[in-house]
Amino acid sequence: MGSCCEASPLNLATGRAKLVLAGNPNVGKSIFFSAWSGLYVDVSNFPGTTVEITQGRVGEDDLFDTPGVYGVSAFNDEERVARDMILDADTVINVVDATHLERDLFLTQQLIDMALPLVVALNFCDEARSRGIEVDVSALEHELGVPVIPTAAVSGSGLSEVYATVPRARVGRALPEVEAAVPELLNRLDSRADALMVLEGDAAIADRHGVEPLGERERLYTLRRQRVNAVVAAAVTRPDHGGQLRDRIGRLCLEPLTAVPILFAVLWACYQLVGIVIAGDVVGVTEVTLMQGHYEPWIRALVGAHLPAASALGQILIGEFGLLTMTVTYLFGLLLPLVLGFYIAMSILEDSGYLPRLATLVDRLMTGIGLNGRAIIPVILGFGCVQLGTITTRILGSKRERTIATAILNFVVPCSAQLGVIAAMLATVGFGLSLVYGGIILLCLALIGTALHRALPGQSTALLIDLPPMRLPRLSNVLRKTFVRTFFFMKEAWPWFAVGALGVSILQVSGGLGLWQKALAPLTEGWLKLPKEASTAFVMGLVRRDFGAAGLTQLALSPWQVVVALVTITLFVPCIASLMILFKERGWKEALAIWGGSWVVAFGVGGVLAQLVL
Amino acid sequence: MSLNDLRRGQSATIATIADEMLRVQLLRFGLGQGTRVCCHARIPFGPVVLQYGGQEIALGRDIARTIPVNR
Repeated sequence: MGSCCEASPLNLATGRAKLVLAGNPNVGKSIFFSAWSGLYVDVSNFPGTTVEITQGRVGEDDLFDTPGVYGVSAFNDEERVARDMILDADTVINVVDATHLERDLFLTQQLIDMALPLVVALNFCDEARSRGIEVDVSALEHELGVPVIPTAAVSGSGLSEVYATVPRARVGRALPEVEAAVPELLNRLDSRADALMVLEGDAAIADRHGVEPLGERERLYTLRRQRVNAVVAAAVTRPDHGGQLRDRIGRLCLEPLTAVPILFAVLWACYQLVGIVIAGDVVGVTEVTLMQGHYEPWIRALVGAHLPAASALGQILIGEFGLLTMTVTYLFGLLLPLVLGFYIAMSILEDSGYLPRLATLVDRLMTGIGLNGRAIIPVILGFGCVQLGTITTRILGSKRERTIATAILNFVVPCSAQLGVIAAMLATVGFGLSLVYGGIILLCLALIGTALHRALPGQSTALLIDLPPMRLPRLSNVLRKTFVRTFFFMKEAWPWFAVGALGVSILQVSGGLGLWQKALAPLTEGWLKLPKEASTAFVMGLVRRDFGAAGLTQLALSPWQVVVALVTITLFVPCIASLMILFKERGWKEALAIWGGSWVVAFGVGGVLAQLVL
Repeated sequence: MSLNDLRRGQSATIATIADEMLRVQLLRFGLGQGTRVCCHARIPFGPVVLQYGGQEIALGRDIARTIPVNR
């Protein structure tokens, strides 16, 4: 981590108490957060990282929601962020899943070993009961030495009781071995929580205090695991019989015979929601009717009254790629509904517990190209919007995997805006040639992935994923997640898109766009064997990928020409907004390599195909 | 034999975990030397899904291969 973390990372010199929600992924922390903090929520990047943190106010105090983690350590960015927020907390509210205590109490015991004032919210008590899992709350309280409040957060029960218990938060029963080891360290650093981190070998925390990290991690983890197992044995009774409906569904999602049909059904449902309803019907209203039909004429008239539309500034503000026309239409008419739709689908899949099973299912396919199953998530989102996918590559375990996934997204994955046009054009050439198109794109994906996998140094991380119980998603939680994520995405994406649109407008005003078009013509006619008007489509494709694809529908093409044109436009460079996100996420070197490489791959593959068949 | 050789429904006890990083990560999930696990599902040529206690986790084939077990 950089030097930004030398000081208190959250840097809030307000004097207000810091309440921090901590817990494993998907235990319902965010439900507590939104119930307590009400409407005022601030989502931002944690300083120096790309991890989102959510901050709000409750009563006189500041409330923070941390990324879900299985322990306080530094295995990845999210854990480092959670660690720093927890180290900075005045009181920690630890949300645990009553159906999953063997896993969840490891973090709890670690928080106790850090001697942080703690309240435990025992969530999903209703579900535990219905599954026949009995948790003896007073035994748990006794074993841990901190208040434990049973809750069922999705139905809202127990939420206010947990908040009322915050003043009674206590330092619990730490491992005797920790108690024995800590005093010596406390002579050299002032925080007991930090001392545990140093004891467990956290180099960054040790560095902050100018001491050497110690090598006690494995010994303490082993002792902690034994302690947790003992606590669970004392407080939890599990039924012998399994066979619950949700367990059976969970298993069917992994059984080869049923898993594949379920996968296709899920993909089909997502496609119906996002591809048909959102990209078709909703965008038809928002982009065409609302924005192009009402908003654009209005803003053109308004601005046009003060300056001529044909002037340079007029072009930049209200022209074809104008900051007030195309940029606004694209952001609110097209991108916003699509991103909303994708995040709804994503949140449903996430809350249902299907995503980790999907990652498990496709893991084998992904390892061939240097990724693990987890990478399916950015790839699916990329079919909605490549920018969305590129940002989501942050969840991957190593820089190498982020590079490979980003390259695949930007080289071969068509976004939903483009997909609609491609599907319509493929419908005119018949099934056989559609298969040829799909085959070529998949082949390119495999080749690019394999090449990067071979060429990039280092090793990809293997799949190691917790499979949570299957659950019926709650609408309120899905919507809340969707809105927070969409807002965050739009907040990040809009300036980059505006910069891109500005650049293209300047090219257009200065005549650069026309020159480009002319320069491209020999390539399209001679090499791709397409009509010269096709070069316009490729220029438009620089701006927005669906513009590029849509430009092709105007041309009279033979069936094979359609395949050549579609292969080329699919492999063509990412749109200007994606390029901007690419710069931001992967740095200029990688971004330029991907962008330049797309030219080579698109015209290379398209051209070779044209030379073979035309 | 290793975790990767387990078939669906088979149980086994973890013998050792060689890699230190993996060892601590799995400890957090409740898996360690001596843990009795059951193979809950098997993706052909892919990950192995383990069940133990109330817990289910999927391990990539490349990890599963490195963990020897006793039946």
